Amino acid sequence: MSEQHASEHEHGLKFYWLVLFALLVLTWVTYGAALIDFGHPWSDLVALAIAVTKATLVVSFFMHVKGATSMIKMSAVGGFFWLIILFAFVLADVLTRPGMREFF
Amino acid sequence: MSTQDFAFTPYPDLPKSHYLNVAYGLKSWLFTTDHKRIGILYLLSITFFFALGGLYATAIRLELLTPAGDMVQPDTYNRLFTMHGILMIFFFLVPSIPAVLGNFLLPLMIGAKDVAFPRLNLASWYMYIIGATFTLYALFMGGVDTGWTFYTPFSSTYSNSYVAAVAVGIFINGFSSIFTGINFMVTIHRMRAPGLTWFRLPLFVWSHYATSLIMVLGTPVLAITIVLLAMERVFKLGFFDPALGGDPVLFQHLFWFYSHPAVYIMILPSMGVISEIIAAFSRKRIFGYKFVALASMGIAVIGFIVWGHHLFVSSQSLYAGLIFSILTMLVAVPSAVKVFNWTATLYKGSIEYSTPMFYALGFLGLFAIGGLTGVMLATIGIDVHVHDTYFVVAHFHYIMVGGALMGYLGGLHYWWPKITGRMYPGFWSHLSALIIFLGFNLTFFPQFVLGYLGMPRRYHSYPEEFQVLHILSTAGASILAVGYIIPLVYFIWSLKYGEVAGDNPWDAVGLEWQTTSPPSLHNFDEIPVVDFEPYDYVEHEPVDRPYRYSRSEA
Repeated sequence: MSEQHASEHEHGLKFYWLVLFALLVLTWVTYGAALIDFGHPWSDLVALAIAVTKATLVVSFFMHVKGATSMIKMSAVGGFFWLIILFAFVLADVLTRPGMREFF
Repeated sequence: MSTQDFAFTPYPDLPKSHYLNVAYGLKSWLFTTDHKRIGILYLLSITFFFALGGLYATAIRLELLTPAGDMVQPDTYNRLFTMHGILMIFFFLVPSIPAVLGNFLLPLMIGAKDVAFPRLNLASWYMYIIGATFTLYALFMGGVDTGWTFYTPFSSTYSNSYVAAVAVGIFINGFSSIFTGINFMVTIHRMRAPGLTWFRLPLFVWSHYATSLIMVLGTPVLAITIVLLAMERVFKLGFFDPALGGDPVLFQHLFWFYSHPAVYIMILPSMGVISEIIAAFSRKRIFGYKFVALASMGIAVIGFIVWGHHLFVSSQSLYAGLIFSILTMLVAVPSAVKVFNWTATLYKGSIEYSTPMFYALGFLGLFAIGGLTGVMLATIGIDVHVHDTYFVVAHFHYIMVGGALMGYLGGLHYWWPKITGRMYPGFWSHLSALIIFLGFNLTFFPQFVLGYLGMPRRYHSYPEEFQVLHILSTAGASILAVGYIIPLVYFIWSLKYGEVAGDNPWDAVGLEWQTTSPPSLHNFDEIPVVDFEPYDYVEHEPVDRPYRYSRSEA
């Protein structure tokens, strides 16, 4: 826990405003990217890349995972691993349904 | 009623100060942060919802006495089985053992004064109550007719019942589970007594750790799914309704990602209870302790990747179906490890047929039937044949009632003297355990046959040739109801008239038995130091305890 507290003290209020500003900018980028047709599947990948960047900022700084103890980091990674399980098995169904080959 | 059928050596009296008499009045209960009192609050709440869910079950069984749908309208029948499922699953079974027995016992078992976050613990109960209030509102306004599974697009678009209110209720109630799960995990990690290493933990604690993992990782997905459903229903945003561009099977994936592991939220704590009871009443260490402990973790993890077996006939791809079929069979392995190890523990044990042991032995048989029929259902060829029939209804009742509920009642009987300081009458408790076992089998075994013959679930009328089996089932349900009412009566009776139990009426090992009954506010006068292995029973040693039944009475 002491590491975590140290990490909180490393960043002043100004830093968190900066993170918030970055998140707002990325929200506009999300909106802008949605207006541009990058073609399939790039549109989805661009949107996902922006979303992952935003999530990383929130988890790392607002949720103080960066600089936290190994146990907390492991818990955070565990949560995402479970999310991957959910996505992977749902996709195992969706991507192998009849007609999906033609879709791609 | 009397407790004369015990060979009883009286204890002087209850301890002078304990958690029940440190403070009085409603406020002292509603604002308590004591894990034991919160456990009692949950006990009262879930008993109410069990009774309410039971009333719905009664109505269902009465309707099914005759082939014609002559008691209620089809739409009302839909509401009956939906509310039965919602109340029993979300408001009784999921919180049953973790929130009542887990809350009460977990800190005691690890030698802690309380859980890691006592206020979060109380917040969890309030979340439960707020969620339950929304659900009760929906119930009084006419209920919900979607089935407890809320399948879309019926629930999100077409149903004319109070789906949104129940969705809000279940969403809020989910936080109760999450709070409990977080609390248990942190408590087990951080607050174990000196010397209490991971492999010295009681299996009850291991099973609650595994359960907490599911609560924390699975419940948020249900919450998100419910929010999406509500948004589609209220704002017509297309997530699941094909007419709005959604995918109805996606709902089933998301719903079962939580709701299948939720079955393990119900059964894993029950398995923990059974381990404690079997060890105590066989006077033996649990055979293969480490394997039983790790099997809990195995069930929790593998249980997360089997949900697709609920979608075999929902247009899920055959490829995914095959994967889920194999994985579902795999989850039987750690479950079987437990059952075999319990059986091996019983082997050559000094078995005592106490009331908790009745429930534990009942659990073994019923869970085996429920589990093995689960493996049958994991086979796609069989599942396609019996999908949405009474075979499935019988299967999951053998797991949830025969497994989870038997474990809950067994645990309640085992730790009742610890919780209240008093004993219940031996004759009546034995009798009710037998009645429940017989009533349960008479209710649900005919349903296997009904389902195999083709009786679909969720129908309120049926061909005449099914009537005999339905009558048997309804008769069994009546017997089962009597079996449940008897413990309710004698538990209440015992609070005033039950003999004082003493600190360790079963002569059991484990830290919870080393403190007073009922425990003091802070559980232990001094934090215990653990220098013994789990289930440190001396085999074949004669037992000297006040509540030992004489051979003739047993």
